[in-house]
Amino acid sequence: MAEKKIIDGRGSFCPGPLMELIGVLKMSQIGDELEVLSNDKGSAKDIPEWVRKVGHEYVGTREEEGVWHITVRKAK
Amino acid sequence: MAVEKICVVVVSGSRERLQMAAMAASVAAVSGIEVTIFLSMNSVPYFVKGAAVDPPSEGGFGELIVRKKAPDFKTLFRQAVELGDAKILPCSMALDIAGIEPDTLEPYLGEPTGLSSFLDAARGAQVWTF
Repeated sequence: MAEKKIIDGRGSFCPGPLMELIGVLKMSQIGDELEVLSNDKGSAKDIPEWVRKVGHEYVGTREEEGVWHITVRKAK
Repeated sequence: MAVEKICVVVVSGSRERLQMAAMAASVAAVSGIEVTIFLSMNSVPYFVKGAAVDPPSEGGFGELIVRKKAPDFKTLFRQAVELGDAKILPCSMALDIAGIEPDTLEPYLGEPTGLSSFLDAARGAQVWTF
């Protein structure tokens, strides 16, 4: 059964949140949904680009009080 | 055309250059690009196990990197290997001149490599120097 995981990358800067996401993705199952929390604007833009490039599914991004919630589904 | 192979040559011991090299290498490696990192000159001593990770800054930005707690360059280089299968090759000449034994280096580094072997690895690759 697919899991939902939260990765708290707040306080880190590019490419820290992306690398944290990749570390968790490697240990996840296909279909798992990962939500990265980041207050780094660069990561909010860069993570979706990376996800599209490598073939995972970019679910979406929302901003709440200066924190971006970037959601990704493991696709392979 | 997409870049498929990158060689990152790191000769500087300054914080900004080490940081930029590590950022470029790690993100390239986790993006499906074959990455080889060649460490020489002033970069090598930072990769001795237990060495202080406190290189001098070239300018104010290096101080900001520390103050804002950006991921440190050694963590990013290690992630390039562990998450992206990059290879980090220490320069055999630099080890000899600095008197550094290969078994004192961080375990995620590859074998000491001379220029002939590095040039083979760099064939057909983009080479970025820091």
